[in-house]
Amino acid sequence: MNAFDWDAVGEALPLLLEGFRVTLLATVLGTLVAAVLGLLIAMAGRAPSRLVTLPVKAVMEFIRSTPLLVQLVGAAALFTSVEPLTVGIAVLGVHYATYTSEVYRAGIDGVPKGQWEACRALSLTPRRTWQAVILPQAVRNVLPALGNYAISMFKETPFLAVITVQEMVFEARKYGADHFAYTEAFTLAGLVFLVASYPTSLLMRKLEKRLGH
Amino acid sequence: MSDFFSTFLDELPQIRAGLWVTIEATVLGSLLALLLSFVLGLAAGSKLLPVRGVSRIVVEFFRGTSLYIQLFWLYYAMPQLTGYELTPLLCGVVAFGLNYGAYGSEIVRGAINSVPRAQYEAAVALNMSPSHRMRKVILPQAWVQMIPSFTNLLIQLLKCTPLLWLISAADLMTVIQQIRDRTGETVGAYLTLLAVYFVLAYALTLLMNLLERSAKRRLGLHTGAGSLLRTRSAESATTAGGTR
Repeated sequence: MNAFDWDAVGEALPLLLEGFRVTLLATVLGTLVAAVLGLLIAMAGRAPSRLVTLPVKAVMEFIRSTPLLVQLVGAAALFTSVEPLTVGIAVLGVHYATYTSEVYRAGIDGVPKGQWEACRALSLTPRRTWQAVILPQAVRNVLPALGNYAISMFKETPFLAVITVQEMVFEARKYGADHFAYTEAFTLAGLVFLVASYPTSLLMRKLEKRLGH
Repeated sequence: MSDFFSTFLDELPQIRAGLWVTIEATVLGSLLALLLSFVLGLAAGSKLLPVRGVSRIVVEFFRGTSLYIQLFWLYYAMPQLTGYELTPLLCGVVAFGLNYGAYGSEIVRGAINSVPRAQYEAAVALNMSPSHRMRKVILPQAWVQMIPSFTNLLIQLLKCTPLLWLISAADLMTVIQQIRDRTGETVGAYLTLLAVYFVLAYALTLLMNLLERSAKRRLGLHTGAGSLLRTRSAESATTAGGTR
């Protein structure tokens, strides 16, 4: 049928890049939420009482096993008065927190047992133990894994288009529909993703090697 | 809430049809992904540079360009470019298969690499041909290691099937959205949808645990029945770095 229209490419690119800013913003903020919430969940998972750990585990398993898209659409339908971008970032953050918490758990488990014992011997408070001894060691080990989840999240931000967040895929669909130039718009959007994510994953791989994984 | 459930019961045949589309997309998509995982994963371990290179490029391409764009591209752009149109379900199957096949190839490659070197050497010493060696010695051992990662990948593929709603395939999400629009029961509709997906994911995990148990048994490793109920590890099979 009709060939690739290069004029449409030049026209769509600025619009897509405008949407790309929203994509990046959502990824960065979503990653922050996931990084903080994941740590809190991981610490709650180490609580001494099963009354705390079991419900936490069950909820996490549920969130992890159900589709992000349904969670997003559901949350957007419930909180209609909240800005869609805010809902999107919150849902992305919570969804990924169920994964990052597991990363933190492994990182915390990786801190040698002697470190805990030393803290007890020095009679540090639990707060000091976490702050000054355990977390600095654990977090350093989990950074590459967190980075990988950030890249996965980046590739899932197109979901936000469904709840009318005007990120890149939203712009691509709009441009495609307005000018009947889906081919150009989506090809371009795909290339932007490729150009942004491939160097980042190479970088993460290097970081992982440097930290000795 | 009762309004939603009475409509739900009235619409049961439609829901069953939607569920069927979702299951069809999951099963066909994962079969295609499995096939591609092995083709690309084995090619990545080839001695020939061009074969390795092509596999690498294909994998990086499909991992790097988001699944959603691939799906939309197949649905919107391909008919425009080629004049050839796929049905929505087929679009989903192809996009899921290609995307997860690319991630799965890393699982295959990693598992084959993790089979101890001595096993290769023993097979060579026994004068086995390369294909015989792969089939009888390497793959049975690598397969056991692949299953847990494939389980994660399978669940992630299942979790992507609501995307079919966006390209107007009549999947489960589409049907339940319609009921929600008619009854206005937002909470009931989405909780039901989430619950159905949870049950599906758990059923798939059980099946894969069964598969893992039988694969281990063939290697002479027996595991108790308790291992069947084990949940998945949260480790993402599709972490973008994919260094494993």
